[in-house]
Amino acid sequence: MTSIALLKGEGMVPRIARGMLGSPKASIAFIVCLVLILAAVFAPMIAPQNPYDLNEIDFFDAKLPPMSVGYNGMTYILGTDGQGRDMFSAMLYGLRTSLAVGVTAGVLAMVVGTAMGLLAAYRGGAIDSVIMRFVDLMLGFPTILVALMILVVFGQGVDKVILALVFVQWAYFARAVRATALVESGKEYAEAARCLGIPAWRIMFAHILPNCLPPLIVIGTIQVASAIAAEATLSFLGIGLPITQPSLGLLISNGYQVMLAGLYWMSVYPGLLLLVLVFSVNIVGDRLREILNPRLAQ
Amino acid sequence: MTVFILRRVLQAILVLAITSLIVFLGVYAIGDPLEILLPADASMAERAQVAASLHLDQPLPLQYLNFVTSALQGDFGRSFVYNRPALEVIFERLPATLELVTTSLVLSLVIGLPLGLWAGMKPGTLTDESVMTGSILGFSLPNFWQGMMLIMIFSVWLGWLPSTGRGDTGTVLGLRTSYATWDGFVHLLLPALNLAMAQIALVIRLTRTGVQETMPLDFVKYARARGLSERRILFVHVLKTILIPIVTVLGIEFGSLIAFAVVTETIFAWPGVGKLIIDSINMLDRPVVVAYILVIVTMFILINLIVDVLYSLLDPRIRSRA
Repeated sequence: MTSIALLKGEGMVPRIARGMLGSPKASIAFIVCLVLILAAVFAPMIAPQNPYDLNEIDFFDAKLPPMSVGYNGMTYILGTDGQGRDMFSAMLYGLRTSLAVGVTAGVLAMVVGTAMGLLAAYRGGAIDSVIMRFVDLMLGFPTILVALMILVVFGQGVDKVILALVFVQWAYFARAVRATALVESGKEYAEAARCLGIPAWRIMFAHILPNCLPPLIVIGTIQVASAIAAEATLSFLGIGLPITQPSLGLLISNGYQVMLAGLYWMSVYPGLLLLVLVFSVNIVGDRLREILNPRLAQ
Repeated sequence: MTVFILRRVLQAILVLAITSLIVFLGVYAIGDPLEILLPADASMAERAQVAASLHLDQPLPLQYLNFVTSALQGDFGRSFVYNRPALEVIFERLPATLELVTTSLVLSLVIGLPLGLWAGMKPGTLTDESVMTGSILGFSLPNFWQGMMLIMIFSVWLGWLPSTGRGDTGTVLGLRTSYATWDGFVHLLLPALNLAMAQIALVIRLTRTGVQETMPLDFVKYARARGLSERRILFVHVLKTILIPIVTVLGIEFGSLIAFAVVTETIFAWPGVGKLIIDSINMLDRPVVVAYILVIVTMFILINLIVDVLYSLLDPRIRSRA
């Protein structure tokens, strides 16, 4: 794959950039992702109020519909929740939590999965069989069931949710890395490196790992989206994040209690934000797959 | 072949044993059911009595040994909340979940197949692009939020369908089912659609890829040369070929739908095992939680085992690799 890019004299970053620009849908999704990430990072500066500072919240402003003006003269563009919090601010902070948990889980899963995949590929034999049987086993169970089991066993909390997500997702990376590494280690450059007497671990990490990057990037993007969605689902079920760190899922869950009473904005808007986030990350991932797949890129 | 099946069965038993140990330790190491079962002003004597009646006073290894011996006889203990055998509580709720899951599978085929065929026939067109983007949307829609929106649109705003519960059930051929009454049927629609959404997206993708891979094959060209109509080629010859992998995948997805029913049942207050497990986790009803996890894991291992064995029967190459 990289060899194709090298023949064209083009590195991976320009290739991805060109591919993204080639599809208007992917470009828009990419910009949306970027805006959301910036919004999450700078949430404390953008948000009209700090929704978790009790001094800034007025209980008399509770359950106001969107565009209402509160007692303190502030306009709540997306309404307020049951405690009088500005929904827009709460959503920005929720986005921060959701993204932080999703990205952390995705990156950790990638590190663990890559290490296991490389280990399986370069040790082979019994280690390979054990790791791969475990991977098959993990992939045979649905995400939600494994995460549920782990949270039942270890209890709630940010660290536990991340642990559960990593445990669920590392197998996808391990399988892809092992497959790619096996193909790559049969190629001439790997053979040449072996002939030069470079130690196996060095060949794996310095020569073969960089060539495993394309599938890793694709899977990583899609797994981050799925981690965000999974965390939201677990929090909605009440077994994910604690109430002190409300993610988008928890906001939606709180809004669900009053949705049937017609107070729609408390669940609709955080849900829309979650959808836009997951959807745009998935679109970017789908486009990356097209760009980086040698069979599709002609 | 026998060796292959034996090895797989042994692996399955090993996985089940490990799961039971982890789940037992985890569930029994956290939370104290006495806190929930007893009023706050219960005396020490009362506590000890209840603890003894639930065997909570024994050392942990002994509790596990008791647990495994009884579990093998189908006894997972009595539910702390319902005060009935845990397995009985689960099996009583299972039919409602299975009904929901099968309806979703049928829905995903009925909606997904035509859309996938449509997109596959016109690769690269606006139709194809919209259907494929729609399927990414289907994947991305957080299941629980999507269910809430269904309730809001169809129950709160339009008032067409009931929002929660199972409604009236009737008996057909000895089975209690929602299909027997109109009220039951309309109660089933929204939860089934909610659960089916991701599967619809999956069926669309599988069908589209299948059509695109099958269309250039020789037998399709031959069918064309014979002067068969495009419609007949697509709906009879191509569909027959691509249906096999789709049905296989859906068979595997059956288990994951049962797991995802947890979300659907929580939103729609559907009285199945999914809602039961979430309620039981919140109420620290350990026997039910443990029994649920082990029943579901056993089911999964069985499904995977059957799929593995079937594959190896169909494709001898897999046997030598395993």
